[in-house]
Amino acid sequence: MHVTRDFSHYVRTAGEGVQHIDLAVEGVHCAGCMAKIERGLSAIPDVTLARVNLTDRRVALEWKAGTLDPSRFIDRLEELGYKAYPFETESAEVAEVAESRFLLRCLGVAAFATMNVMMLSIPVWSGNVSDMLPEQRDFFHWLSALIALPAAAYAGQPFFRSAWRALSAKTTNMDVPISIGVILALGMSVVETIHHAEHAYFDAAIMLLTFLLVGRFLDQNMRRRTRAVAGNLAALKAETAAKFVGSDEISQVPVAAIHPGDIVLLRPGERCAVDGTVIEGRSEIDQSLITGETLYVTAEHGTPVYAGSMNISGTLRVRVSAASEATLLAEITRLLDNALQARSRYMRLADRASRLYAPVVHATALITILGWVIAGASWHDAIVTGVAVLIITCPCALGLAIPTVQTIASGAMFKSGVLLNSGDAIERLAEADHVIFDKTGTLTLPDLEVMNAADIPADVFELAGRLALSSHHPVAAAVAQAAGARSPIVGAAEEAGQGVRATVDGVELRLGRPSFCGAEALVGSAMVDPEASIVAFSKGSDRFILSVRQGLRPDAQAVIAALKARNIGIEILSGDREPAVKAAAHALDIPEWRAGLTPADKIARIEELKRRGAKVLMVGDGMNDAPSLAAAHVSMSPISAAHLSQATADLVFLGRPLAPVVAAIDASRKALHLMRQNLWLAIGYNVLAVPVAISGVVTPLIAAAAMSGSSILVMLNSLRARSASREIM
Amino acid sequence: MEILVILVPLALMLGGAGLVAFLWSLRSGQYDDLDGAAWRAIADDEQPQEAPAKR
Repeated sequence: MHVTRDFSHYVRTAGEGVQHIDLAVEGVHCAGCMAKIERGLSAIPDVTLARVNLTDRRVALEWKAGTLDPSRFIDRLEELGYKAYPFETESAEVAEVAESRFLLRCLGVAAFATMNVMMLSIPVWSGNVSDMLPEQRDFFHWLSALIALPAAAYAGQPFFRSAWRALSAKTTNMDVPISIGVILALGMSVVETIHHAEHAYFDAAIMLLTFLLVGRFLDQNMRRRTRAVAGNLAALKAETAAKFVGSDEISQVPVAAIHPGDIVLLRPGERCAVDGTVIEGRSEIDQSLITGETLYVTAEHGTPVYAGSMNISGTLRVRVSAASEATLLAEITRLLDNALQARSRYMRLADRASRLYAPVVHATALITILGWVIAGASWHDAIVTGVAVLIITCPCALGLAIPTVQTIASGAMFKSGVLLNSGDAIERLAEADHVIFDKTGTLTLPDLEVMNAADIPADVFELAGRLALSSHHPVAAAVAQAAGARSPIVGAAEEAGQGVRATVDGVELRLGRPSFCGAEALVGSAMVDPEASIVAFSKGSDRFILSVRQGLRPDAQAVIAALKARNIGIEILSGDREPAVKAAAHALDIPEWRAGLTPADKIARIEELKRRGAKVLMVGDGMNDAPSLAAAHVSMSPISAAHLSQATADLVFLGRPLAPVVAAIDASRKALHLMRQNLWLAIGYNVLAVPVAISGVVTPLIAAAAMSGSSILVMLNSLRARSASREIM
Repeated sequence: MEILVILVPLALMLGGAGLVAFLWSLRSGQYDDLDGAAWRAIADDEQPQEAPAKR
């Protein structure tokens, strides 16, 4: 059968006669990698651009149209030691990038305007105590207005728009007091300048915007980065399928290019990337990623298969169906939608703070104005003082308090192997006090391990491993890997559904089902491990059995102990059978466990915990976990998780250890602590500054100094989130 | 104080030039890969054309 790889789905035309493709590359993390890749790819003739983006771990490639096949780049990168996958930018990511650039542009405009207005303000401040002529002061004020007004109109857009949206929806957010403060400050300054007054607040207003835009940009940039990581994860999963393009010709195409009705080939050891129905062939499939059930299911003509199932023994032809036809998925999707709706009601710390803050500030300003009028001041003076209160209390440090911590904390989590999927995950994770683990693929490793390798003579095991290399069966692959086998045995033959056999030095070797190797007697006497698959190996008349199963993650026990030490409740909710779950719970010393649960059961349990006031962290990987991941207060998935689950989870962790779960909880708790501290710093500053403002002695100099002082204090405090990756165990 | 006639426009022009330069650098994608840019500054120059064959 002829197999081709078709990447045309990912290739874009970039200008005249030039084609462009983006590749997500695994394992790029230094300047050396960057130079190696760029040189290696540029050396291919007709390549016009090869540029690595180290932040996003991607390569952009351009070449003369029609001269090269994109798969050549992937092969070249493979030779250089990097795995690359074609990558399609999601529309959500494009929007985040555009927003990020817009904020940076606003920040640039505001920052340059601030610098220039400050340059004009400092002579005025010093002139007020020395000998500046009123005409000169007016001239400088007008120049400030000339710079500050257009700059504020442009750079204030993110705040004005958001405030307007909130007001139209009859709610309020942090941007409402900001917008009112900035507009009033600018308006009052113009009026004051017209009347040749001594004080104008152009500098304070534009500086306020600059500081707030820094916070806004950091926040947005973190969101953009997480989006980019999520995009790479999707690409790295390399979801392709072998589609029939002729009766006997298949092409490896990306899943996005497969349509309902297409027929795909599913070979042993491959993971199914589509939903569909088997139309030809017979095999065992592993649906543990979908249901959590570790026992294999028999698939034959008419059996529905879902994306994420692993094909074990035979070759299948699958007709692709529309996702909605799949009842299991439809049910999961419905539960997922409900859960996601409930979650969107979570109010972020910043919003909660501003909801309390805005009314207080506006009331204070109003009372100040009325108070001065009653005390006998002119309306003009009273209003000027009232506006000064608004400027002083404008939530400048508040706007920075949370994004700065979040940016630094997410960087620290990234280093310990945790990626953030949603911006407010840190806040929610910090509150978690009850952890629910899924078993299959979460507490256990997704790949199989040989459990009794130590009981078998090393030379026999090595021979079994070499023989296993000739089989496509995942269990055989696990044996081969455990034995560290490199060279397959020449002349080994596979008997479908039975095993492999070969003859070496006149001795017959067999690896496969116990019956295939004549080892049924041994299986009967062996200790029965409910989760293990038993493989037999025979060498001449010697018989051995190997017990292969998903092992627990290496540090699972230590992690559970660490969670207990933090006074966090732990339980297991699994879709797998009772004996298997019981064994895992026992090994990890977790008294609370439930087995054989459906996605709805899992949600019901989470709701029950919620009613008791627990904040649940759900850690799961299967597609059956996706709704509960969304229903929980906060959720985590391993990188090996099903696509849907990974997209739903708030955090994704990398690698074999489970330790990132604890590391993430620690980091987020520390971050939340710092966020709260920052909010108190910001509020404390207001408590000190507001009486000064109310008394009416605030000058623009005091406003500017107080504003930058508090912002810098908050930023410095946030940097503490960087320090100390404490010992977690 | 007549010097202001020169100094003020000069200051505004310099500020404006800075802003234009920033917007240009933003538009040309220089902030797209901050991690990479940090390393590119200290990376070796591109090898001459014949060099890859020798190495």
